[in-house]
Amino acid sequence: MLLTRTFEEKLASMYRGGRITGGVYIGKGQEAVSVACGIFLQKGDIFAPLIRDQAGRSAFGEPLVDVARTYLGSRAGPMRGRDGNIHRGKPRDGQLAMISHLGAMVSVVVGSLMAKRGRGERNFIGLTTIGEGGMQTGATHEGMNIAAVEHVPLVVVATNNHYAYSTPNDREFACANLVDRARGYGFEGYELDGTDLAQCLDVIGSAVKRARAGRPPQLVVASILRLAGHGEHDDFSYVTDDIRKEPFAIDCLKRTEAFIKERELAEPETLQRWREEAAAEVENAFSAAQSEPVPSGNEEDWSAISRRDLVDEIGEGGSS
Amino acid sequence: MSITYLEAIREAQAKLLRDDKRVFIYGQDVGGNFGGAFKATKGLAKEFPGRVLNTPISEDAMVGTAIGAALEGMRPIVEMQFADFSSIALNQILNNAGTHYWRTNIPVPITVRLPSGGTKGSGPFHSQSMESLYAHYPGLIVMTPATVEDAYTMLIDAVAIDDPVVYCEHKYLYYHLKADGLPADGTPVGKARIARKGRDLTIVSYSAMLHESLSAAEEIVKEGFEIEVVDLRTVKPLDTATVLASVARTGRLLAVGESFPWGGVTAEVIARVSTEGFHLLDAAPARVNAKDTPIPYHPNLWSTHRPSSKVIAAKARQLLRE
Repeated sequence: MLLTRTFEEKLASMYRGGRITGGVYIGKGQEAVSVACGIFLQKGDIFAPLIRDQAGRSAFGEPLVDVARTYLGSRAGPMRGRDGNIHRGKPRDGQLAMISHLGAMVSVVVGSLMAKRGRGERNFIGLTTIGEGGMQTGATHEGMNIAAVEHVPLVVVATNNHYAYSTPNDREFACANLVDRARGYGFEGYELDGTDLAQCLDVIGSAVKRARAGRPPQLVVASILRLAGHGEHDDFSYVTDDIRKEPFAIDCLKRTEAFIKERELAEPETLQRWREEAAAEVENAFSAAQSEPVPSGNEEDWSAISRRDLVDEIGEGGSS
Repeated sequence: MSITYLEAIREAQAKLLRDDKRVFIYGQDVGGNFGGAFKATKGLAKEFPGRVLNTPISEDAMVGTAIGAALEGMRPIVEMQFADFSSIALNQILNNAGTHYWRTNIPVPITVRLPSGGTKGSGPFHSQSMESLYAHYPGLIVMTPATVEDAYTMLIDAVAIDDPVVYCEHKYLYYHLKADGLPADGTPVGKARIARKGRDLTIVSYSAMLHESLSAAEEIVKEGFEIEVVDLRTVKPLDTATVLASVARTGRLLAVGESFPWGGVTAEVIARVSTEGFHLLDAAPARVNAKDTPIPYHPNLWSTHRPSSKVIAAKARQLLRE
């Protein structure tokens, strides 16, 4: 959580300094939910995160340098400058590369889990995340339904951060509680307070265990407030004063630090050392990525398919 | 032995399931005793238990699931009940499967079967030809087999290719088109075929329109003209070299397709010949497509909406006079 917050603060500052091309999307306020999504996953599991899941990605083993590489377009990064920012992954390591169309990854995870089951693998699960905004797409509906039909070991963690970009909940859905949908799909459903790390670990950890044990797919709905804009280009002035006073608007990182201090789980010096270590790790990731070559249009092979012999050669004419 | 275009598709899938454990078929009504809306998977669920699976009516999730399975090493074949319904899955096909290799360096070996094109009485939502739309997007191979032999070998090729393939099978050809047997090997993917040799005009076509074009050519023989007919086989990649070589022999080009006229395969063929082989042309190139309206229900309207051998022959005569 701390590493993610430190990293994303650095990213935001680089964005403001004009050092990042395109957008920057951070998970401020969602780190506790996200880290709980990644921390229980094991090698052989499938994780399909979304844009506010740096904490979960790091917890599942994504090196920070790959994040820096993707934002900076390094050729050494997993996306080699062909895609950027949060659109990244290493599918061979179970880290799927999201597309922007929300809900599209739910069924992709289902297919990967079916293939693993078909091969006779055991004890694996898939976990994908969605927001309350993304829960309203047809793809999410189709994906959750097919997950239950195929009875795959899937956990869907839905974080209600109370805004789909600028649109508040009352224009997003009209059901009393999103978790009620679990029953409709044939999932088991649970809720949690996403500002409380202990609760995130408990509820998401239990859902992961149930999925591993062969229970039906699991839906966990977390409640938080997004403590940043949709992206760093967004000043989130649409967030009302009233909603900022809600219990779900508490910063999960501050709450976790307070918990540590209150229970005397770590000395203040230790906390300070963690901060310094996180800052050093972030600096290392960016300095490594910054020293790497970026792509060049002239050196790119411009092939969207792997079968080079089947590339459609489109001449531009003018010579005859 | 006589085998239809539809039976060839079934036989190709049976062979694929038999020969390759990674293959499974995923689609609406393909499993159980039913075997698909057109029976293209008849008997396969029984012969290959657990590998021919019915799905909910969820085209997006069908393709998404196939993508996920392909990333884990499988070779899924998705059957759309009708090509028209693949519009629901456009996002998964174009934005997920079509971008994946470019983005991650990992290809997505899925085959999406689209029962395509018009038949009498099928109307606006069970008749569409969507090859032009899929060919427009990067990252996909688009096949449009016109013969029983190609229906068989190209489906086997499609599954072997590591990249996503949209396989457009024509419903009009399902029962009408017959062959004596199935070949062991086909023409390589991406190569067009000269379906009829000629010297006076080149008609470039594919799928069901190949047969309308061949009929038009036979009709015009009586008038003393020999028309060459090129079967594209795959519309992406498009075998420009074979088309240009034919136009070099004939000096005239007519492109024929069943899809809607705006943009599309016929426009692409004409653009390529005009830009890369302008000097080969003795007359302005022409094209025949369906009309720019939804596909009509009544046979009287449908038979006029769809290019027929009569309309193709009329356009060919006009070109031959120029």
